[in-house]
Formats: sequence, structure tokens, C-alpha cells
Amino acid sequence: MAADGVAIGTGTGRAPRGSILNDPLFRSIIIQLLLAAALIAFVWWIAHNTIVNLRRLNIASGFDFLWERSGFDIGQTLIRYTQDSTYGRALLVGFLNTLLIAVLGIVFATIIGLILGIARLSRNWLVAKLATVYVEVIRNIPVLLQLLFWYKAVLSVLPNPKQGFILQGDVDPLSPFRWLLDKVGVTTGPSPLTFHMPTVALNNRGLLLPVPVPGPDFTATWIALGLAVIATAAIALWAHTRQRRTGAQFPTFRTGLALIVLVPLAIFLLTGSPLTFDAPVLKGFNFVGGVAIKPEFMALLLGLTLYTAAYIGEIVRAGILAVPWGQTEAAYALGLRRGVALRRVIIPQALRVIIPPLTSQYLNLTKNSSLAVAVGYPDLVSVFSGTTLNQTGQAVEIIFMTMLVYLAISLTTSLAMNIFNRRVALRER
Amino acid sequence: MKKYLVTIAAGAALCLTAGAAMAGPTLDLVKKNGFIRCGVNPSLIGFAATNDAGEYQGFDVDYCKAVASAVFNDPSKVKYTPLNAKERFTALQSGEIDMLARNSTWTMSRDTQMGIMFTGVNYYDGQGFMVRKSQNISSALELNGATVCVQTGTTTELNLADYFKANKMDYTLVAFENNTDVNNAYDAGRCDALTTDASGLYATRLALQKPDDHIVLPEIISKEPLGPVVRQGDDEWFGLVKWVGFALVNAEELGITKENVEQMKATALDDQAQLAKDPSYKAKGSPDAARLLGVDGTFGQSIGLGNDWAFNVIKQMGNYGEIFDRNIGAGSKLQIARGLNALWSKGGIQYAPPIR
Repeated sequence: MAADGVAIGTGTGRAPRGSILNDPLFRSIIIQLLLAAALIAFVWWIAHNTIVNLRRLNIASGFDFLWERSGFDIGQTLIRYTQDSTYGRALLVGFLNTLLIAVLGIVFATIIGLILGIARLSRNWLVAKLATVYVEVIRNIPVLLQLLFWYKAVLSVLPNPKQGFILQGDVDPLSPFRWLLDKVGVTTGPSPLTFHMPTVALNNRGLLLPVPVPGPDFTATWIALGLAVIATAAIALWAHTRQRRTGAQFPTFRTGLALIVLVPLAIFLLTGSPLTFDAPVLKGFNFVGGVAIKPEFMALLLGLTLYTAAYIGEIVRAGILAVPWGQTEAAYALGLRRGVALRRVIIPQALRVIIPPLTSQYLNLTKNSSLAVAVGYPDLVSVFSGTTLNQTGQAVEIIFMTMLVYLAISLTTSLAMNIFNRRVALRER
Repeated sequence: MKKYLVTIAAGAALCLTAGAAMAGPTLDLVKKNGFIRCGVNPSLIGFAATNDAGEYQGFDVDYCKAVASAVFNDPSKVKYTPLNAKERFTALQSGEIDMLARNSTWTMSRDTQMGIMFTGVNYYDGQGFMVRKSQNISSALELNGATVCVQTGTTTELNLADYFKANKMDYTLVAFENNTDVNNAYDAGRCDALTTDASGLYATRLALQKPDDHIVLPEIISKEPLGPVVRQGDDEWFGLVKWVGFALVNAEELGITKENVEQMKATALDDQAQLAKDPSYKAKGSPDAARLLGVDGTFGQSIGLGNDWAFNVIKQMGNYGEIFDRNIGAGSKLQIARGLNALWSKGGIQYAPPIR
């Protein structure tokens, strides 16, 4: 084939060796052109028919509705949104809600999946079997049913706001030992460790948490945190070069953790704890203030995470099993401890097997989040191709845009995972 | 996933159907099929819900049956498509169904921008709230801060936002796609209040675990004229569905019922025969009844049917009042008073143009 192409290109073989129709290059170009033309014609036909049909049926079309006032409210919004906002902003709200559930779901599913995968390979019989049962049960029940189950479970377990659980007031960490202190005669009242706990409430309206409000002096704590992070990075660099030179190791992780936690904490206390809380307060029907993690969100996150974790667990198990036992033995022979061998030898090799199927699981989780509407969570499908579609009646545009958004999210996820995959892939030299 | 199928099918129909294929008159298609494809609510007691035998029953269902009676003289010639709020108009636009009788509110944007037309008002409704008695509130104006459950894709959602804004109150919204999900969430205590059309509230209350623990607040915060809907562009079919509705109301006004319709027709025929013989004969029946029952004039033909179209409807289904009573009124579990839906001559606003 290549030879023919070259012959035509160089012009030396112009001598007629038969019809041009027999020329593979010519034929392939013609076929490609015909295919492209057919595709364009098909797309044009669909678009044209759609427009004609919409006009004939007297259905409004176009994208102007995106700038119109929506008139409806949304239960959970990450950005400011009221009924006076536009349909376009409703789209953004739905998109961000989908993104939130996807990102958190991916993080938790990965953590639980990793634990599951390792547990299934555990030498502890009970742990391994429990993990197996979990995977088999969760994997074989449709995810929609699981979502409904969790929503029912969350709602039926939690009481109403007036009878809900509330954690608040002064908390004395030593109070469980008060009897002991009393016994030895150190009855001093509340210990100096007592602190004021801002309200945390749990009821069928959600988990209500206080929101920290930093005071003006809090800047010092931020600066301390920043310096601690920079110092940790410097120590890590120094430790790395020293280890390469001398082989001596340094407990970078523990030192860094101590720096990042203790230094800002000390500054925080020294500046007089400049942090207040906007705590939820029961007022009328519901708690006001703070931030609410709603039952719909909990159920969706729980359902999607636990479902996807079962698959990720199997992927992790397969990845670890794919690394030949010889690698482990070799690592031990070099004197590496179990943990180091796992971290430095087994997992990097297992990742090569894990990443590609893991990407599909991430995409699945994102797409499954469109089941949110079943449990009343205002995701993209619920807000945009649900409410907005119904209020405007512009089905074609809205379904098309929704598909584009999912496509964009999925392609971005794939792209990120492919880049990561390339980094861990075997480099042939 | 099923719920997306309708939307997708509708989208596909809009994209793929060649221009002329769907323009054919609906009545011809209905006659060819041998049944009417009618979109109804999947489960709203009194309006459209399945009975123990799995058959659809209710006020809206009877409108489907009435149209089937007019066309086929057989109320069973209906194929029901249960549709949630989100799917209903798309299903109609795309030709999945021939008519929609699903407690849908007539609004300007729906009438003018969506390629659909409301054929009239079969139920004058308004949006209300239901709360637990234990909350000790007696007015919707005390709902500040409440969590409210609502169905997505409804005018209810918009009225709710308007009402709380106008009265400077806050609320938290929990929206579901299906009626049953809304009711379950409210029943489970997820919300302080449930809002929908007042008729729906009474129906919903019956389905709760302890109906007596809940009350419907007195405020009606919107106008919700509910009625059957057809596609734009087929005037003959539009006229047919519209006049079946008017015939039911006219029949009630003229005192024609399922029981006496045969007798009324006989009287009208007799009157006609007597008049032919003797012009000075004093008719026993009213001329309005004679026209409605097809004894006088050719009104049925003008909508593509036989002249006994309205006679068949009343014989099979009864008049508007009978349909109301047996499904949602005094003769039903719902016990909804006629109120605005009484005839204009009896203090309500149900009023049908005359057949002449």
C-alpha cells in the first residue's frame, strides 16, 4: 500500500498500471469523503427536521430562555441563587451540585474501595469473607434501589427537628474521669480543658454544623499555616537529597504533621482564639444558621459511594494480584519492610493495572449521580432537564445541553486520569 | 430510567420525523388505531389512579372515556399512558398521546409557547398547603422558615416561590419528580408542609398513614384552572375534545343524566315527530336538549362524528355533575365540595357555551 502511495507522490510511476479506481490511496480518500459527506448530510437533516418540526408545532426554540428569570427555588445551592435568577444560573447551580456529589463520591469511593480491595486479600479469614460478602451484595443490587433504600433509611432513623440530637454547650473532656478525680480528692469543678462547643444538630432536616467565622486576628494563624507548609516542603526536599547522598532516613511525615498542626495552633491560642461560630439555632420549624448537610445529599453520597466502592475494591484486588509474587519476594530480599514494600514496590506496579478500569468507575459514578432526582437532590438532571425543561418546554435544547455537560465532565475526568496513567505507566527506555 | 424514555422518545420524534408525517388529523389516526391514547396522572386518587383490578379510574380518566364514548360509543377504547409532571407536555408535543387529561394548569406560556392547547377547564382549582395538626398553625402565613415538599415541573413550584417572596417569608424547598415521592417524604417528616393543588391535597391526605393527623390550611394562593390538553395544529380534534367537555356541562345544566338520557332523547324524538304533524304542538322537552342529543341539527358532523356523539357520551359517562360526584365529590371518599365547580346557575363558575 505504502509503495503505491509513494509511486503516485513521486510521479515516477505515472505509467498507467490500471484504472485509478484500483488505486488504494485514491479509494480510501474517496471513501473518507463520501463518509464525511454522508455524516454531514445526516446531521444537517436531523437539525433541519428538528427546526422545521418545532416551528410547525409552534414550540418556542433557541437559547434565549437561558437569560430569562426562572421563578423557582432550588433546595441546595453552592452559589447565590434565588427565584429571580436566570435559567442559565439554575443550570450552573445544577452543574455545581452534580460536580460536588461526583468529586466527594470519587474521593470516598476510592478510599473505601482501597480498603475493601486490601481486605479481600487479607490473611484474616473473617475480614476477607466480610469484604467478599459486601462486594457481592452491593454489586448485585441496582444502584437506584440502593439510593431509595438509603433515603428511606436516613429519613426513618432520624427524628424531627424538635426531638433531634443536639450537641452543644460546655464540653469537659475530663468529665468521664470525674469520679476518679473525686475519689482522689481533686474536686476542682470544671477542668481547664473545658471548651465551648458550638451547636451540632442531627435530625431529619439534615446534619447541621456550625460555620467558623474567622475574626480579624485570624490572619496570623493563616500566615503561620503557610510558613509551616513551606517549612515542611523544605524539610522534605532536604531529607530527600540527604537520603540519596547518605542513605540516612528522616521522619519527614511526622515532623511535617507536627509543624503544620502545632505551629498554627500555638499562634491561634496566642492571638486569643480569634474564631467564632455561626451555629444553627432552632427557630420555629427548623434550625437557622450554620450549614446543613441534607438527607437527600447524605443518601445520594452514601448510595453512590458504597456502590462504586464495591467495584473499586475488585479493581484494586485485581491490580495487586497482577503484580507477580516475585516482586514482593525481591523487595523483602532487599530488606524492605512490609509497609515500604507495599508502598514502593507493589502499589506503583499495581496502579498500572488499576488506573484504566478505575477511570471507568469514576465516570460511572458521575453519570449515576443523575439518579439524584429519585431522592430529591437538585442535581443537573433534576434542576435543568427536570424543572427548567418543564417550565420552558424546550426539550430539545435542554436535553442537548445536559448531554453536552455530562460529556464535558466525563471527558475532563478521562483526560486527568489519562495524564495520571501516563505518569505511572511503564517507561520503556 | 423509564421516565427518561418518554423524553428521549419525544426528542427523537422531534428530530427524526419528516415534516409531513405528523400533520395528519388526529381523529383519523384515532379511528384507525381503534382507541384514544390518553395521558393521565400515574397516581392521584380521585383524578387518575388504578383500582384493585389495575384499571384506571377517576375524574380525569372519565374525560378520556368521555372522548372515547363520543368517537367509538365505547368508554373502554382508551389506552392510558401514565405520565409525571415533567413528561406530560413532551409526550403530547411529540405525538405519543392524542390527548392529555392530567390535572394540568392552563397558563399563557403553556398555551402559546409549547405547541399545545387547553380545551377548557374541567376543574377550577387553587394551590394550598397541608401541615401536621401537631404544629398548631392555622394559616399559611405562619409557615415562615418551614421546609416545604413539592413536585418538580409544576406551576406549584412557581406559585410557592412567589407566595413566600410576596409575604417576605423564608422556606426550604425539597422537590421530587414523582407525586408519590413527595407524599412519602412529607409522611416521613422530611417536610413541615406539603403544597399542591387543593384537590390534590385532599387526595394525598387519604393516602397518608394517618390522614386525621393532617389539616389543609385555608389559604388558596393561586388560580389553577385544570383541563384537558391537545396538540396545536389540529383544529378538528381540538374542537372535538373541547365540545365533549362542554357537552358534559350542558347536560348537567339541562338535567340530562346517565339515567334519563334515553328517555330525554325519546321525548325529543317524539316532540319532533309530533311537531312535523302538528306545528301548533307544544314540545315536552327543551330545544337545547334536542340539539345536544342530536335530534335537531347536525352538530356531530361538524366535529367529524355522528349526531349522537353527545348522547353516547352521556349514556356512557353521565353528565359533568355525575362524573364529579362519583370520583371526587359527595359520592367519593374525597368528599370535595363543588365550590367554584358548581354550575354558573348554582353559584359556581362552570359554564359552557350553548350548542346551536
